[in-house]
Amino acid sequence: MTDSADIATGRDRAKSALTLSQEYLQRHSFIELNARERAQSLFDPGTARELAGPFDRIESPWLFVQGVTPQADDGCIVMRGTIDGNETVVIAFSGAFQGGGIGEVSGAKLTAALDLACIDNEKGKPTSAVMLLETGGVRLQEANLGLAAVAEIISSIIALRRDAPVISVIAGPVGCFGGMSLAAGVSSYIVMTPEGRLGLNGPEVIEEESGVDEFDASDRSLIWSIFGGQQRYNQGLADVLVEDDTDQIIKTVRELIAKGVPAVHRSQQVDLYRSRIAALDASSQWAPSVWSAASLARSTGRNQEPVNEEEKH
Amino acid sequence: MEEFELNYPAKRKAPKRVHIGVVGSGDLEVLLEPIDGTTATVRVRTSVDGFKTTWKAVLDRFFGQYDGAVRIEINDAGATPGAVYLRLQQAVEASQP
Repeated sequence: MTDSADIATGRDRAKSALTLSQEYLQRHSFIELNARERAQSLFDPGTARELAGPFDRIESPWLFVQGVTPQADDGCIVMRGTIDGNETVVIAFSGAFQGGGIGEVSGAKLTAALDLACIDNEKGKPTSAVMLLETGGVRLQEANLGLAAVAEIISSIIALRRDAPVISVIAGPVGCFGGMSLAAGVSSYIVMTPEGRLGLNGPEVIEEESGVDEFDASDRSLIWSIFGGQQRYNQGLADVLVEDDTDQIIKTVRELIAKGVPAVHRSQQVDLYRSRIAALDASSQWAPSVWSAASLARSTGRNQEPVNEEEKH
Repeated sequence: MEEFELNYPAKRKAPKRVHIGVVGSGDLEVLLEPIDGTTATVRVRTSVDGFKTTWKAVLDRFFGQYDGAVRIEINDAGATPGAVYLRLQQAVEASQP
């Protein structure tokens, strides 16, 4: 290669690096928005209105007595309005308050929002739901009430998803764990960023229960290679993988609302997921690469028809 | 947990109510609402005990420059005095028309 060709290649590289960094800088981060701003950003301008907001002061009665300062909206923001002209309710959790944990009040707000959407659908007014999940699951200070709330949330999602899509967005590094991962699991679509995480037991819980040999909760690359958005997308457990870009997330949510209710929900594909668990060799420590998109496509079809119709009402 | 109220003289009605911040570690939430009359009230709830003197010093300083007739509710999760002052200033700025 001649010197001038080298220089040209170098220039191309520098140019593409510059374009990439400019693209990155021009992006409007979704993760950096607070929960209220995230919810607001999805709506058509001027249509969003908050329900049971901070000045209604519907806060948790259980935290103050346990030495935890309550928040005026209990960390759960509910907004109604239109997205691309479609009536939608958005429920956003504030990961900064109690790790986005579900308590009696925040759980009731989410359930009530979904149930009101359900009633609107039954009345012939199509209403979709979007859940912006930044949550470690049930709030430990309200454990039993939180667990009861998760059960209600799941039945409300299953009731609503027959008539309208319920979209889960897991954008930030708090991720979605515990009981709320089950809520995400029964929703119609899951949207993740590479920064997002999705799992039942969080890394610390696994290390605490099974030891550091089983799972090193300080190993961030291990954590993201198992729970991270890219991996969940490869496994087919997330439907859409997007960058941390508000415009991309708005576009994705609009597309999924337009797509409507999926023919088959993920949680109805019982045999598909059972066969995957059965195919897993647990005799030795497995690596995240076991779940590559290619190996999954080989072993089991990705969109299998459900054999067990699971929904019972 | 500690909860207390402080009062300050006020001259003008604040333009509108605002909600600022989050009850996250080292942060706080401020609810500011315009009220009638010539007294501003601040209710502080904090998870960190024993700092009432510091709270009073920060609020005295804040109300040395601000004369809005408001009720302010602060839900605090261990914010530093500097963070408290900034959140209050942010609330006042956001309450301007």
